[in-house]
Amino acid sequence: MTLFSPKTAVVEREGWDGEAKGLAHLVDGQLDTRHGAILYLEEVCVSFDGFKALNHLNLDIGVGELRCIIGPNGAGKTTMMDVITGKTRPDSGAVFFGQTIDLTRYREAEIAQLGIGRKFQKPTVFEAMTVFENLQLALAGPRSVWASLRARLTGEQRDRIEALLLRVRLQEQRHRVAGLLSHGQKQWLEIGMLLAQDPQLLLLDEPVAGMTDAETEKTAELLLSLKGHHSLMVVEHDMAFVEAIAERVTVLAEGSVLAEGSLAQVQADERVIEVYLGR
Amino acid sequence: MQSELITQPYSMRLWAWLGPQLGSWLLGALLVIGVALPLAHALLPAEHPWFISAYTLTLAGKILCYAVVALALDLVWGYTGLLSLGHGLFFALGGYGMGMYLMRQGDAELPAFMTFLDWQTLPWFWWGSEHFLWALVLIVMVPALVAGIFGWLAFRSRIKGVYFSIITQALTFAAMLLFFRNETGFGGNNGFTDFKTLLGFGIAEPATRAVLFLLSLALLLLAWLGARWLVNSPFGRILTAVRDAESRLMFCGYSPLYFKLTIWVLSAVLCALAGALYVPQVGIINPSEMSPANSIEMVIWVALGGRGTLIGPMLGAGLVNGAKSWFTVAFPEYWLFFLGFVFIAATLFLPHGVVGWWRRLWRKSA
Repeated sequence: MTLFSPKTAVVEREGWDGEAKGLAHLVDGQLDTRHGAILYLEEVCVSFDGFKALNHLNLDIGVGELRCIIGPNGAGKTTMMDVITGKTRPDSGAVFFGQTIDLTRYREAEIAQLGIGRKFQKPTVFEAMTVFENLQLALAGPRSVWASLRARLTGEQRDRIEALLLRVRLQEQRHRVAGLLSHGQKQWLEIGMLLAQDPQLLLLDEPVAGMTDAETEKTAELLLSLKGHHSLMVVEHDMAFVEAIAERVTVLAEGSVLAEGSLAQVQADERVIEVYLGR
Repeated sequence: MQSELITQPYSMRLWAWLGPQLGSWLLGALLVIGVALPLAHALLPAEHPWFISAYTLTLAGKILCYAVVALALDLVWGYTGLLSLGHGLFFALGGYGMGMYLMRQGDAELPAFMTFLDWQTLPWFWWGSEHFLWALVLIVMVPALVAGIFGWLAFRSRIKGVYFSIITQALTFAAMLLFFRNETGFGGNNGFTDFKTLLGFGIAEPATRAVLFLLSLALLLLAWLGARWLVNSPFGRILTAVRDAESRLMFCGYSPLYFKLTIWVLSAVLCALAGALYVPQVGIINPSEMSPANSIEMVIWVALGGRGTLIGPMLGAGLVNGAKSWFTVAFPEYWLFFLGFVFIAATLFLPHGVVGWWRRLWRKSA
């Protein structure tokens, strides 16, 4: 039993590019991204005991885009990720994955299965398992109790895990217990686990926090290599890192978008300077 | 490697060989005891020096049942991180299921306690309890249903940690109060006792005792084997993932609810089977089996032995109950103090239990 198999309308007719009412054709596992965006947030509001964590937030991420989100503490960056991944329900507003999937109607596990992966601020891996087992568990596939009882690792899956190990530079550590990895290695393992899920959209909360300069550089390379194949949303405080990876930057402040553009543009923006330096 | 070993003293070599084999030793000991005790009880004459008394055999059989409970608790606490302070409930429910069958074995229309209460007819839920197969269904299904409904509600509401533990404690306490009432129909505070026959065999006969003992041993070995397979399967890895980083697991696309529910119900059924074998051996079941203190004692077995090791909890059940049978005869009034002391000492000095201590010791010397 899979929790959910997305059925979305995809138009398949040659020489036709109009609106396709009635001509829709259901295709399993394909996301409708006809309008070029993979994620839309529209007028999203979240408040905790009167504190407005998100205040009429509007944001969209394009297919294959790598977007950086910056903003001072308490700007609502983590809350926004919570809303997208189903951990927090918005008080109002719409959150759409592709054209058709209303994310506010699904739970965390279902959203992950729909194709949204999330890396936490504090690296979170399964510390009692080996690196290999961590990746195996995250590997795309059925998620039911029954499947887990009968699961056998196929050669194809093994190859995929090997490829992932290579990609996140943990080949040497494959049989190491994840709890013994360094902080940076845990960050990479977590990114590897996200990739194992093969998500269309990756949300990364401070992926280089606590990494050495060399590790940060390699992480930037890794993320840049993902751009185009996946859509990425990266929350980060490290401006040098943002500069290395970002083409477009969104600045959040007090729960809504303050500015958007290239890093140079937003850094030159008066309002951005104001929120960062304080009034 | 080989030449290094030869230069070591014999004691060291023995130690190096003994160390990692804890599971095999336990298995060997269980098999030897399992053959020797029932044979010595059933076949030897009472005056023979190697004769095993009914008391000793029952005690050993009881401990085997407790070891099954400890295994069941280890699956939910040690591997999945759900600390249950109410597993005594499932044990008792299994025991009551078996007790209902045993109470219907006499010639009388109604069990003695009902006649005593001047009841004319059997309550509806006693229907079919004179059939052994139906009793087996009750033994498995009732605890499974109770655990299933409770687990579904608790896990769906994402009740975790100490809150979950407190609710399980409240659950067994509530059930105890319910079973204490005569009107509930399970013999009130006296429960069931004075059993006569089981499937036509006299319950106190040496051969019956020996078979019940062997069945308990078989249940323990099967449960151990099954649990080992389970925790080493991908399913078992997901259980430890629930324990260590549940939110990570959710964002990997797994729904922890079903995994928790599966292991929770499985654990409850295992406890119930142990309870069902326990009752004919000790000859009594009453609501005190559901008292919170009982369930807490079960947790101590697991903690002392070492949670998340399977072997540890079985050892812990044996150690604590062995000590208990001696202590409650020698210094009856100090037993609870001793038990409390054991728990504190295990928490402070043996955070990974006896098995953790053993493994560390062995690694150090190896």
